[in-house]
Amino acid sequence: MPKRTDLKHILVIGSGPIVIGQACEFDYSGTQACRVLRAEGLRVTLVNSNPATIMTDPEYADATYVEPITPEFVELVIAKERPDALLPTLGGQTALNTAVALHESGVLEKYGVELIGADIEAIRRGEDRQLFKDIVAKAGARIGFSDAAGGDLVPRSRVCHSMDEVRETVAELGLPVVIRPSFTMGGLGSGMAHTPEDLDRLAGSGLAESPVHEVLIEESVLGWKEYELELMRDRNDNVVVVCSIENVDAMGVHTGDSVTVAPAMTLTDREYQRLRDLGIAVLREVGVDTGGCNIQFAVNPKDGRIVVIEMNPRVSRSSALASKATGFPIAKIAAKLAIGYTLDEIPNDITRETPAAFEPTLDYVVVKIPRFAFEKFPGADPELTTTMKSVGEAMALGRNFTEALGKAMRSVETKASGFWTLPDPDRTLEETLEALRVPHDGRLYTAERALRLGASVTDVSDASGFDPWFVDQLASLVDLRTEILEAAVLDEPLLRRAKRAGLSDRQICALRPEFAGEDGVRTLRHRLGLRPVYKTVDTCAAEFAAKTPYHYSSYDHETEVTGSDRPKVLILGSGPNRIGQGIEFDYSCVHAVLALREAGYETVMVNCNPETVSTDYDTADRLYFEPLTFEDVLEVYHAENSSGLAAGGPGVVGVVVQLGGQTPLGLARRLAEAGVPIVGTSPESIHLAEERGAFGKLLDEAGLRSPAHGTATSFADAKTIADEIGYPVLVRPSYVLGGRGMEIVYDEETLRDYIGRATAISPNHPVLVDRFLDDAIEIDVDALCDATGEVYLGGVMEHIEEAGIHSGDSSCVLPPITLGAAHIAEVRRYTAAIARGVGVRGLLNVQYALKDDILYVLEANPRASRTVPFVSKATAVPLAKAAARIMLGASIDELRDEGMLPPSGDGGKLPESAPIAVKEAVLPFKRFRTPAGKGIDSLLGPEMKSTGEVMGIDRTFGHAFAKSQAAAYGSLPTSGKIFVTVANRDKRGIVFPAKRLADLGFSILATDGTASVLRRYGVECEVLRKHFEGDDGTRDAVELIASGEVSLVINTPQGSGARLDGYEIRSAAVAADIPCITTLPGAAAAVMGIEALIRGEMTVRPLQELHAKLRPETTSD
Amino acid sequence: MTRRPSAVLVLEDGTTFRGEAYGAVGETFGEAVFSTGMTGYQETLTDPSYHRQVVVMTAPHVGNTGVNGEDDESGKIWVAGYVVRDPSRSYSNWRAKGGLEDRLAAEGVVGICNVDTRALTRHLRERGAMRVGISSVDDDVAGVLERVRRSPEMTGADLVGEVTTAEPYTVKAEGEHRLTVAAIDLGIKRNTPRRMAARGITTHVMPATASVDDVLATGADAVFLSNGPGDPAAADDQVTLTRSLLERRVPLFGICFGNQILGRALGLGTFKLKYGHRGINQPVLDRSTGRVEVTAHNHGFAVAAPLDETVATTFGPAEVSHVCLNDNVVEGLRLLDAPAFSVQYHPEAAAGPHDADYLFDRLLELVKRA
Repeated sequence: MPKRTDLKHILVIGSGPIVIGQACEFDYSGTQACRVLRAEGLRVTLVNSNPATIMTDPEYADATYVEPITPEFVELVIAKERPDALLPTLGGQTALNTAVALHESGVLEKYGVELIGADIEAIRRGEDRQLFKDIVAKAGARIGFSDAAGGDLVPRSRVCHSMDEVRETVAELGLPVVIRPSFTMGGLGSGMAHTPEDLDRLAGSGLAESPVHEVLIEESVLGWKEYELELMRDRNDNVVVVCSIENVDAMGVHTGDSVTVAPAMTLTDREYQRLRDLGIAVLREVGVDTGGCNIQFAVNPKDGRIVVIEMNPRVSRSSALASKATGFPIAKIAAKLAIGYTLDEIPNDITRETPAAFEPTLDYVVVKIPRFAFEKFPGADPELTTTMKSVGEAMALGRNFTEALGKAMRSVETKASGFWTLPDPDRTLEETLEALRVPHDGRLYTAERALRLGASVTDVSDASGFDPWFVDQLASLVDLRTEILEAAVLDEPLLRRAKRAGLSDRQICALRPEFAGEDGVRTLRHRLGLRPVYKTVDTCAAEFAAKTPYHYSSYDHETEVTGSDRPKVLILGSGPNRIGQGIEFDYSCVHAVLALREAGYETVMVNCNPETVSTDYDTADRLYFEPLTFEDVLEVYHAENSSGLAAGGPGVVGVVVQLGGQTPLGLARRLAEAGVPIVGTSPESIHLAEERGAFGKLLDEAGLRSPAHGTATSFADAKTIADEIGYPVLVRPSYVLGGRGMEIVYDEETLRDYIGRATAISPNHPVLVDRFLDDAIEIDVDALCDATGEVYLGGVMEHIEEAGIHSGDSSCVLPPITLGAAHIAEVRRYTAAIARGVGVRGLLNVQYALKDDILYVLEANPRASRTVPFVSKATAVPLAKAAARIMLGASIDELRDEGMLPPSGDGGKLPESAPIAVKEAVLPFKRFRTPAGKGIDSLLGPEMKSTGEVMGIDRTFGHAFAKSQAAAYGSLPTSGKIFVTVANRDKRGIVFPAKRLADLGFSILATDGTASVLRRYGVECEVLRKHFEGDDGTRDAVELIASGEVSLVINTPQGSGARLDGYEIRSAAVAADIPCITTLPGAAAAVMGIEALIRGEMTVRPLQELHAKLRPETTSD
Repeated sequence: MTRRPSAVLVLEDGTTFRGEAYGAVGETFGEAVFSTGMTGYQETLTDPSYHRQVVVMTAPHVGNTGVNGEDDESGKIWVAGYVVRDPSRSYSNWRAKGGLEDRLAAEGVVGICNVDTRALTRHLRERGAMRVGISSVDDDVAGVLERVRRSPEMTGADLVGEVTTAEPYTVKAEGEHRLTVAAIDLGIKRNTPRRMAARGITTHVMPATASVDDVLATGADAVFLSNGPGDPAAADDQVTLTRSLLERRVPLFGICFGNQILGRALGLGTFKLKYGHRGINQPVLDRSTGRVEVTAHNHGFAVAAPLDETVATTFGPAEVSHVCLNDNVVEGLRLLDAPAFSVQYHPEAAAGPHDADYLFDRLLELVKRA
């Protein structure tokens, strides 16, 4: 069944901003889909509000709409583009929900758009819990499965719509039970209730979270083994299982938060085939149209009873993992199946000779470990449950479980880098086993510790729910540790076994102090000729030759790295997503690959994040799926360089470290010292920008201002500095990313508390103390600088938020709307002086504060920043590509001549007709709860907490702002109640916007002071009291927001005094998922946006059209 | 931990891998083949088709689920030797009765572990299946190599007599009896009569030396030709038997070795594949439906037949009914005017997916029509 000929134009919906449960895996899948569809000669229209994605680069679609993924905006796109079909299965739950909404509202029918790759009824059957339960029973009966233990194939359960129903159900099932709200993403709102109190809380919020106010109450299968199968079906009803995944963490921990292994390690063929049969039967019964699908099973370890937990009728996070784990590109193939191909008609990319209609077989083991960010959310309950809380993940491959595990543990970049690399916690065996009972981040460390304290494999397995096989693997490492500790000398056989078991040099040196660090171990290892070899991911366990160099390291015998005489460049990726280091950095790395490939280099990508485009085997010429540690990177460099030299080429001519965020940057100096050719800004220059004293000197010499500051190595120090420069002060540990540990401190007492609580202050770990500039305008700049000292301003972004909120969490606008030419000139002068002074070769990000018309430098980072993709999309200039070229020696003039950069001018001088782009951050507070079950404190501050961002782009600030809010929150309101409370200085300025809102039909709520001003201007308003004021009979603003009665908040802060109250209002707004405007320009913008929405005059425009206006010289195509 | 004795694996082309003893300590020879299944080692080890073969497991971890009382496909382990990378030091499964290595040692199966099985697999893929020796008692590679080169080759090997049952036995239908089948045991796996029994078929399993009269004496409605080891070119007796059955229009179903026997009975040739198909992920196209099934394979030989035309045979026209999508190898044959069909792979799976289970239903239909 070949490709359908009736489809000419496909609409693809992306997944929007990165949130917990929906991360950059959907950029990977969407990018693959767009590429495939275009290669098939189809017109592709794309909608995605996330500017940090590769898929929204204009070259991946014919028309790219960086617009909100809401039914309203997608309808506008459909009306304008008139696609033949909509492919909704590659953009996560967001795309699927939007497609369902468009179907239900009749939009798809109205415009004659066919849904492909999905079937509305199948989606319903997959997601409606009760329907799904019946489906499983039917599927099981059809293939003659009554369960081995005679039980049901699903946990006993009931769908409930009220708390009364919930309690009734639990009376029958008994506690504990699992609560799962219907139609939520990433398990949001679900959890395990052990007590009646848990039940009230979880079921209550679950009913509220579910868009259809429905929860499933389910028999607990806590502690059962958990498996997933990734399946694909074509329209000829051929089905293949791409991958089996076994969770090390037993049932009860969301699979996104579990340590997982592929393939399944502890199933016999009989049991595996039962899962396969059942999975396929369920897939058919549900009626998944074509494409990928994921099914989760629980298996009772005592008798093998299988229950089907759930299925996702779309490409999911697990399918991204399965794709990277097997080399089988699920998203790409799903896209081909959606347009009519069958599996046997699609070639396997890796072997090129065999078809995609087969099941990959692995001759290695894959381990995925989630990355958490609990340190960012003090107060959040760190217990792992069925609600996903991790913000990223790392994957590793090895030729056995312990090798893959060791690599994965060091890939996640936590404080500990594998077993024994941190001091053991001071706990007894009993305490350790007790801790093991509660699922938590790093539970493998706890399990290993328990074994070392004398626990048996059975003890640890009982306490943790880990299968004894996995525990025994840990025990094998404990045995090996003893051998290493006790050996007289570390001889070749023992060191080889240690490396073969996945131990890093760092782990080994922790056991053998005589090496004085990992350099000593490495020296010995190299002297003994012990280096890793590189194997290939080939989908077929070497049965057929692989044509794609997708490699992973192993301490085995034969290496598969082939020689090449082309000049090679290694690009180091950014590792697992975490708050402050996410998809934006992968975007820049991918751009470097693309630019350098085109410039004739052989590109070699090193990264360990399975969700990314950079780890697609199609992206770089060669892919090394490896941890980003010094040891692992050095070995990849050695393998590539020596094979290149042996082939008569120049080997590795450069290693790019400045595009992947802090992870590669942190390796720069050691790599350079080891002789690795770091290109771009030198490690010395990086250090210069990051070292306070030296950087301060540079600023002084150039005559640039910065807030008064000092570096403290003790509390007494810090107090002296603060007294001198005056409160409030901004305090933080040195060398951080994403504002980790950064706070604004208003008095000595808080300073003392901060130093004690948040820092390990010492002469080696100083704390930076800066004067905090209240009430300033913050400005972000991304710039390029080449070897000649020429500087190109990529973009100047003005923050819309009040000062003091981390730039990653605040909204900003480009071009800057309130800055005059003189300000921009000053920004340009400052930026150029810093770039030249530091010696930047590539990208530089500088943050400024403008207060009373004076520009202050807050910080400078000589690397790609988080805003590079946003700036690139807003200005139509590929900054990361240009940076990569500059690092390899190109000059800005050359890049202008080539056409990569505009022939003249830069992002600091955009024409007045340039579109206005607004970036808004997306925050994850709703995911977290305190151990008592309350919402966590959602105050924003100098420490970054957002997981992702959206872009709104349009002709005016108002329209762009409205879009950014719609993309982040759903939409700005067009009716309802608006709460207004502004600082005294803003009282006059608020009159006009508030009056306008009242005229538009909104009810205005205001605090006393604001209300009295408004009333004098004839604006009717209800008076609310501030949260901290006593009860005077009026309603409490924060409570009203929390109750969902308010649809928009306008709150400009009073300065330091009222700051706390403002934060409380903002927290309530975030928790209620409504926009909160904190500045007058923002309020004006919101009013303009609301007017545009009410008048129905919102329009959508593809990036290609916007870019053509910005860069007329490049519009020939 | 007690250390394993060192061991050496020597291929007939002189390539040597060093590792450690696994299973029994000793020396063994056979044909080196690799199997890509990630599950089902117990079924693989006890599959008589692996007789005289040294099996290299591409899956790195072997032994994780131990061995149990249900998954044997015959009465013993048949492989001549076993090559794994990482043997499991413990096992975990609710059905497990013991450890794999203990079982291998108890049955005297010589193996080797801690070798780069991927490198070995790549070598066999490039050079083809070849003879091999494993020794954990003699580390003189030259000596082992000499003995490898003196060991018998698989081409021309008649091994059926070594694996077939000595006495006939019967596996009764479950539930309602619908059919009786005489199965010629050329190395039959236990799951085959089990799958037939599940459909109401009673199976009389007969020794490979059974004559036409023996077979007909059972009163069977159809005859089944099983899988088995060795070179089909050497199985002249079974080819003769098959021809006699075809002449009598006895409904016939063959799998694996049985497919090759049917092919030869139809006058088609067989040949040795470079490195064979051994795994449980092989895509086979059923040309009558256009559907793809993922199937279990274990064959080093294949039938030579034209893919795009029918073949005239003594028993009427025949066609290739199934092909492997990876390499277009003939995976099934069908007589158009006589009740006989066969497949080169394993509908009984064990180990492997159950996609081809429908073929047993086709047997029922075949008899019904005939």
